[in-house]
Amino acid sequence: MTSLVSKSNGHQSVINDFQIMIATVNGSGSQTANTVLLRAIFRMGIPVTGKNIFPSNIQGLPTWFSIRVNKHGYIARLEDYHVLVAMSQQTIGEDIEMLASGGICLYPEEWKIKRTRQDITYYPMPVKALTDMADVPANLRPYIANMVYVGVLATILDIDLSQIAFAIDYHFNGKAKPVNMNMAVVRAAYEWAQDHIAKSDPYTVEHMDTTNGMLLIDGNSAAALGAVFGGVSVVAWYPITPSTSLIDALRQDLTDLRTDPDTGEATYAVIQAEDEIGAIGMVIGAGWAGARAMTATSGPGISLMSEFAGMAYYAEVPAVIWDVQRMGPSTGLPTRTSQGDLISAYFLGHGDTRHVVLLPGSIPEVFEFGWRAFDLADRLQTLIFVLSDLDLGMNLWMSPPFEYPDTPLDRGKILTAEELDNLDRKYARYEDWDGDGIGYRVLPGTDRDTGAYLARGTGHNAQAVYSERAKDWVENMERLNRKHDTARQLVPQPVVDQVDGAEIGLIAYGTTDACVVEGRERLQQQGIKTSYLRVRALPFSDVTCDFIDQHDRVYVIENNTDGQMARLLRMEYPELAARVFSLAYADGLPLTPRWMTTAILEQER
Amino acid sequence: MVTKARVNEIGLTRNDYKGRPSTLCLGCGHNSIANQIIAVCYEMSLNPHDLIKLSGIGCSSKSPAYFLNRSHGFNALHGRMPAIATGATTANRRLIAIGVSGDGDTGSIGLGQFKHMVRRNVPVVYIVENNGVYALTKGQFSATADFGQQLKYAGVNELPPIDVCLEALAADASFVARSFAGDSNQVRQLLKAAISHKGTAVLDIISPCVTFNNHETSTKSYPYGKAHEEPLQDITYIPEYEPIVVKVHEPGEVQAVQMHDGSHLMLKKLDPDQHDPTDKVGAFHLLEEARQAHQFITGLIYVDAKRQTLAEISHLIDTPLALLPEERLRPPREALDSIMEHLTCCRKV
Repeated sequence: MTSLVSKSNGHQSVINDFQIMIATVNGSGSQTANTVLLRAIFRMGIPVTGKNIFPSNIQGLPTWFSIRVNKHGYIARLEDYHVLVAMSQQTIGEDIEMLASGGICLYPEEWKIKRTRQDITYYPMPVKALTDMADVPANLRPYIANMVYVGVLATILDIDLSQIAFAIDYHFNGKAKPVNMNMAVVRAAYEWAQDHIAKSDPYTVEHMDTTNGMLLIDGNSAAALGAVFGGVSVVAWYPITPSTSLIDALRQDLTDLRTDPDTGEATYAVIQAEDEIGAIGMVIGAGWAGARAMTATSGPGISLMSEFAGMAYYAEVPAVIWDVQRMGPSTGLPTRTSQGDLISAYFLGHGDTRHVVLLPGSIPEVFEFGWRAFDLADRLQTLIFVLSDLDLGMNLWMSPPFEYPDTPLDRGKILTAEELDNLDRKYARYEDWDGDGIGYRVLPGTDRDTGAYLARGTGHNAQAVYSERAKDWVENMERLNRKHDTARQLVPQPVVDQVDGAEIGLIAYGTTDACVVEGRERLQQQGIKTSYLRVRALPFSDVTCDFIDQHDRVYVIENNTDGQMARLLRMEYPELAARVFSLAYADGLPLTPRWMTTAILEQER
Repeated sequence: MVTKARVNEIGLTRNDYKGRPSTLCLGCGHNSIANQIIAVCYEMSLNPHDLIKLSGIGCSSKSPAYFLNRSHGFNALHGRMPAIATGATTANRRLIAIGVSGDGDTGSIGLGQFKHMVRRNVPVVYIVENNGVYALTKGQFSATADFGQQLKYAGVNELPPIDVCLEALAADASFVARSFAGDSNQVRQLLKAAISHKGTAVLDIISPCVTFNNHETSTKSYPYGKAHEEPLQDITYIPEYEPIVVKVHEPGEVQAVQMHDGSHLMLKKLDPDQHDPTDKVGAFHLLEEARQAHQFITGLIYVDAKRQTLAEISHLIDTPLALLPEERLRPPREALDSIMEHLTCCRKV
């Protein structure tokens, strides 16, 4: 495509390396425009990430959508943005103030704003005129207005119009009417800009080939697919942001993939519970009866699930709990991201309780842990928590295609009727025959007298019979500790990048990875070498202990206020506690490389 | 001389349905109910391996240990048995669930779960062993205690009672009955009907606490129950394989209710004007009037044998979800490939 506007006007071009910030009002339909832009750039082969920063509200409050374009493939959030689309009258002053020097600001010309900054370029857009001209019913005009900035940006940034058309077609599932209506506005705005805008800024996109074969997906959709390919059959849940879209995706996937096309019968059940206590209770009941059961929730739901979680730990019932974390304590910031549930998930329940917690750090891991969690739950006969967060769960990320599970379903130790007949000893639910702390389950409905037992949260002996004997209690807890050590070997091990001569080690987990990867590169440019270990599960692996031991100073980078991972590490390895430094920060947004490098440089000086 | 123990149709003796020795107080109503559960499962020739016994927390909820040793069980959390029942019966729809709860477990901490289970029509026989008192914590009023009632330590109850049957009915229950632990024949007949019912069967059984609440001023006591019980019907449960021998001579006198499994409940009305248990509005009236008049009515209060269960609403396949093989649980490689292809080429298929 040839552009009529003159490029860069004396500036050095900035190609495929900037961030766009689109400020809108929620409920205005801007999501369509924003994802269309994101997808079009992605389809031009350029690495891209999008983040939706939205309020807990249905309509009328300011919302931001950032699109980072980066030719090196960095996907962390940046504080700075270079291209501002100012469509929110409430925040336009502040939004312009935050725009990086040399940046550009697109805004509706009818707002008549004062141009207070000399170091940026203003591009007024005739939003009202262009939407009034469009052949669109009046009630849809406010929604279609967002397509104006798509068209104008296409001209200014040189975004391939055919890819925008493709993205619109994808978004509306090929439905001609909305596709044509939206595309007509894009074209009109594009042509207006070609005729009326004299480009005087450096920002532009150019085709690359780095995203070929990749896909764009949000973490919650990836988690849902993981669960389906993990063979989930009972889902119970209660709506809570930001986990709801995980269940929405799961319901759709199950309908598509697990409904008998002839009879319409389902090989699954999805039950919307009355609250999170009901949800986890159903999941535990189903797990006990032998189904692969899961729920998805967020912090407040995790709090409500506490009593049942402790029970499932003690009665040893398998199930999977996704926690798509948001900001706490309390209701906190329901639509903002955080890694604040690490400690509460690990120890959820009263008394001596330690759960298995998986910490996916990328979309492929979200999918993989999605199915693997069920195998671990059945193998370990316990709850498996998977901690995602709002950033990973609700934003769109690039990913290679998912790999089909490389192992068959592992249902763990379950004795069938025939196996009960051939036992060389008397069956006891909680006896540790293999030395790994894990007993054998017999599922309800197994047609043998010898396999029946009464699952309970009360003190019990190896036969699952109520017991207040001190010896029974102690033996049981010792066995649960053995099981925890077995889990240590079975959970995903840390990913380590050990750098020769690095005195500094970095430890992170989950979505913080994006920030750490880029931050390390920046530190490297300043001559600071770092090794990096990404924790992928609790309980900790010995690899983590060795890593701390091999470095003088280990910074633990995480998106919460208390430094929860750092605290767990100090608790687990008290002899190494003095080497563990916490770099924890939470303001509702994903961590940035600038924050990380500044924090480390301050410590190192 | 050795006499051979009597066996039922599947060759089991009554003892085969027993549990461990009860640790509840001697004379506790709950023990009597446990014995009726044993008798009924034996008489109905149920395979203990098809049964699961569930409970919450409290004296009542201990009792699953005292019946059906050959059945699996789950002694859940306080007030949370409905969720466990929902999950377990969804995971394996062939299981017959018998749940035992109490008035604290159902009427207070678990009222929400109870009503939502009823609303979903989860297939479970849900027994409330109702004694109006928290016994394990030594004698506090429960939410079903009578207004104005006095207890030694708790003083006078200033709050109106929650009526478990009314709550169930308001939540669209498909089976509601009330009985008295001292009326073992009625308990047995109603239990059989409840087991034959395909959805949630709520059995509110007044089950006296001999330690804390068995004095004559308590409506949850043996003396009061024996003196004041007003049965609505003489109930006879007739299994599906037996002919109905009671001839219906005069309509309005004997009512036959067909259960989902083909069995029948013959209800001989004790008063010609009395209640038709298929009449829901009538059931509300009956319960509220009895409440106001302090009448202790027992019997079948409401039944709708046809209401869809949760499994039916969920269009579940007949095979228990818990027993599905890998090929029914994990979609094939081609399914993932096709989704990936669609996502990578950005075009919906």
